[in-house]
Amino acid sequence: MSQSLTKNRNIELIGFAILAVLLVVVLPLSLDIFRLNLIGKYLTYAFVAVGLVACWGYTGILSLGQGVFFGLGGYCMAMFLKLEASSVANTKIQSTPGIPDFMDWNQLTELPFFWVPFKSLPLALIAVILVPSLAAFILGVAMFKRRVGGVYFAIITQALAAVLTILIIGRQGYTGGINGITDLRTLLGWDIRTDHAKYILYFVCCAALFGSMFLVRFVLASKLGRILVAVRDTEERVRFSGYDVANFKVFVFCLASAIAAIGGAMFTLQVGFMSPSFVGIVPSIEMVIFCAVGGRQSIIGAVVGTLLVNWGKTLFSESFPELWLFFMGGLFIAVVLLFPRGLAGLVTDQLLPWIGRLSGGRRQVAAAGSAPAPAPAE
Amino acid sequence: MFMGYSLGEIGSIFAMQAFAGLILFSVFVLMALGLAIIFGQMGVINMAHGEFMILGAYMTFLTSHLFQTYAPQAFAGYFFVAMLVAFVASGAIGLAVEWLLIKRLYKRPLDTLLATWGLSLIMQQAFRSIFGAREVGVQLPDWMMGSLQVTDTIEVQINGLFVMTLTLMITAVVALLLFRSRWGLQVRAVVANRVMADAAGIDTRRIDRLTFGLGCGIAGIAGSAFTMIGSTSPTAGQAYIVDTFLVVVFGGAQSLLGTIASAFTISQSQSTLEFFLTGSMAKVTTLLIVIGLLMLRPQGLFVLKVRK
Amino acid sequence: MSLEKRPNGLESPLRRKLLLGTAAASVASLLPPRAWADAFPTAQVNTTGLAVTDIDVTVGILHSVTGTMAISETGSVEAEKLAIDQINASGGVLGRKIKFIQEDGASDWPTFAEKAKKLLVNDKCASVMGCWTSASRKAVLPVFEQYNGMLYYPTFYEGLEQSKNVIYTGQEATQQIIAGLNWVEKEKGAKTFYLLGSDYIWPRTSNKIARKHIENVLKLKVVGEEYFPLGHTQFNSVINKMKLTKPDVIYAIIVGGSNVAFYKQLKAAGIDLSKQTLMTISVTEDEIDGIGGENIAGAFACMKYFESLDNSNNKAFVSAFHKMWGDKTVIGDVTQAAYLGPWLWKLTVEKAGSFDIDKIAAASPGVEFKGAPEGYVRIHENHHLWSKTRVGRARTDGQYDVIYETADLMEPDPFPKGYQ
Repeated sequence: MSQSLTKNRNIELIGFAILAVLLVVVLPLSLDIFRLNLIGKYLTYAFVAVGLVACWGYTGILSLGQGVFFGLGGYCMAMFLKLEASSVANTKIQSTPGIPDFMDWNQLTELPFFWVPFKSLPLALIAVILVPSLAAFILGVAMFKRRVGGVYFAIITQALAAVLTILIIGRQGYTGGINGITDLRTLLGWDIRTDHAKYILYFVCCAALFGSMFLVRFVLASKLGRILVAVRDTEERVRFSGYDVANFKVFVFCLASAIAAIGGAMFTLQVGFMSPSFVGIVPSIEMVIFCAVGGRQSIIGAVVGTLLVNWGKTLFSESFPELWLFFMGGLFIAVVLLFPRGLAGLVTDQLLPWIGRLSGGRRQVAAAGSAPAPAPAE
Repeated sequence: MFMGYSLGEIGSIFAMQAFAGLILFSVFVLMALGLAIIFGQMGVINMAHGEFMILGAYMTFLTSHLFQTYAPQAFAGYFFVAMLVAFVASGAIGLAVEWLLIKRLYKRPLDTLLATWGLSLIMQQAFRSIFGAREVGVQLPDWMMGSLQVTDTIEVQINGLFVMTLTLMITAVVALLLFRSRWGLQVRAVVANRVMADAAGIDTRRIDRLTFGLGCGIAGIAGSAFTMIGSTSPTAGQAYIVDTFLVVVFGGAQSLLGTIASAFTISQSQSTLEFFLTGSMAKVTTLLIVIGLLMLRPQGLFVLKVRK
Repeated sequence: MSLEKRPNGLESPLRRKLLLGTAAASVASLLPPRAWADAFPTAQVNTTGLAVTDIDVTVGILHSVTGTMAISETGSVEAEKLAIDQINASGGVLGRKIKFIQEDGASDWPTFAEKAKKLLVNDKCASVMGCWTSASRKAVLPVFEQYNGMLYYPTFYEGLEQSKNVIYTGQEATQQIIAGLNWVEKEKGAKTFYLLGSDYIWPRTSNKIARKHIENVLKLKVVGEEYFPLGHTQFNSVINKMKLTKPDVIYAIIVGGSNVAFYKQLKAAGIDLSKQTLMTISVTEDEIDGIGGENIAGAFACMKYFESLDNSNNKAFVSAFHKMWGDKTVIGDVTQAAYLGPWLWKLTVEKAGSFDIDKIAAASPGVEFKGAPEGYVRIHENHHLWSKTRVGRARTDGQYDVIYETADLMEPDPFPKGYQ
């Protein structure tokens, strides 16, 4: 039992390394900045997928509203950038210079109070993590303490995504409405639209992603991680053993949300705007799809799944826009039906044993007998 | 806002507003009924529910065309045929989906949620490829549009009455089936205890399939009826999903009465709020109220005592 | 990007130069294409590395053909392809055939930005016809400004924008709204208005302009104003409110699927549009297809183009459109505006004698298109179009009877003073 865990963990580390080489070395060298920027955008969705591995794959909480947290993180970042772009000098032609253009069009004459903290970068960065975590905490406490779970939780998070979208679109004077917060230019005077900046942001995004991946891996590998799995499999028994299940669920939900929010902030930085279309129901479910395709219980799988699905989307919609939804829907059904553990499941269940049989079936048999598992075949 | 109006006017507005609430109530029940029986029986949330409704709407569109071309004299009555066609088409596809997809995901309710979402994407694109991306206009017989003049100031919409009658009839039929038929008896047995029901010789697989088909068929009828009040386009189904799911979840699984009570609560609060607030804020407030109530009663309004 | 407005757009020296320009171009277009292209060597007309060769030039088409917006954007794609076909048949642009690369925005705004960048950076498109919603335009705008591209944007929209890199071929809000309100006040003696809209920027901004005009200019009364989430399908409550307040005019800016629900429920509630005046700026012939003509007959729409417009340009356009895309397709205001895009670009390139974006941007003001189906349009200094505004009355067959048009071209004013 513990051997296979150690073995899996080693395989995971090798996977991390391969992925790191791919993202940090191979792709930047082989792709032009346009394609690399696209990859960077996909990677921001991968944050959400990594969070979902912890919260859905390990703990069994399916949230259909992760877009809410992705969006909150993105909006926090966008608010800071928008304020910087709306300096008095840049907005001379407005009736009230110094406030974002959409506020001026909506007859606001001063900055709303909740925008004021976003004048400062440190506060904005704190808000990127804090606001979504707080939202997740409140929701989590309200839900999990009352033992709401499963399908109920999924539907409620979905309804929340709908509520937030309607609110953002409706309160356009405060939020930029359906157009979102657009035309973001500089970060502390540094132009984020240049190719040079895009390269740097790409690497920052990669670093943050790996940071999140290691964090999730650390949590899941700890004793806490085992309790989470136990909660997923038989919640009642964990509760009867004296654990307060709700606290664990709240924690992992907040963790997933905070990671999603970092993704949102990176999205804003790399794409240059944030709009309510990333908050709603459809993007939220799509992010679950990414995670499921890669493998809901594999951190690397989630990232690879996100990259592949999005890459496929771009490719397909360039050549066969008509077929794209058929493909996406079919892929989704196939994954759920045939490979519930996603691509990662294919690799660990099919590919690795196969490689193992090819290269050292004997050694593996021997390894199973001895105490500390040797390095896995590969 | 009632300054300067006579009592009579205010009275009749309230009467009409109550009627508007009842229409919304019927619409919600009709939307949610199919989903509710599936959810109650199998614990499955069918994310493609909206698409099954739109399938019914497209069937109505096709039927109306057939009637216009081949039997224009019978056009006034085509709608009843259309609803039947919608029921059969959505029901048949529902049966096929259960057989191909759902039964393989038995015991993984969250996964069915995802698989049916995939199904909804495929159905949307199929509608788009077959019927085009644009909305189609479903022509209705003249007698279904317009309103009855009850008093000088009170008017009652005929299509509203139609939806209400239809809802009443379908609910009655479903209730009869559930509580008076052999199928219903078996369904209730499965809901109460699936393993025991299986052991007692009930073919739970067959029951599941029939329930799923029936649920989708009702969705088809609902979609057909909604051509009177809504639009028919490949993506129109998505407009219904949040409301529908909330009604079902709020009503609680395994309870027809719960669904009806929940539809009533949500529709009344929404329609009242819409009158006093503006449309957007009413929607947000309603959704938040429902979410709040769900936190207080996590298992929904009505809970059937079930031994797991 | 100059924000100062000139009272009358075109100064006479400019106009003279313009007339000379078009004369030169039309003489040139009499030559066979090959010779015509030789008269403008590629090295001279394309100094910035756009996708222009001796025989062809590449433009981009960027609309949603999948997703929720595909419903609306299909017509624009069809119109743009028709215009490109016709331009090629008549000799192309500076003797070069237009090739197009079509990309799908998939109703998703970052996808629009992504594809816009691809069209500009990878494909070097000489111009792009595209976008429909304001959100998609806002998403691509920084891309067009950064990589110096040229976008022809077809939708009527809320204004509050102006860019060197965009030509707005649809009307901005004041052009569409003010003439209609003046007309309804004069012809229908309207005193009270109920404003409705879908809850997003275009209806809200438009209703704001309408309210200012009603209250400050016409000195009339707004008795209600209300917004509904996109995709909303239940309007009975607001219909009851309107029955209570009895407005002379219902002013509706509802979009998408909600339209269908709204008009069907209005009719079912016994509100007879032949007696109750309803004016909309959001329902084109495309939308009526979904609503059903019998449900909206009698309503007034205020925009710049209707398919039934009676002039020779339009008759030729409508029959060409039907020949290419089938008899059943209808042509709405935006479809016509999309058709203007490639033509205006061609005229501008020929006036500038160059494909360079900077030269086109500078040459655009004053370019006039006499073959426009809507009659005649001219590009304003602010890159919007001078155009007439018309009021149409919906018939049961899904078409409009044009019952009024402004005597003069309406001046585009994307930042209207006093209306903000």
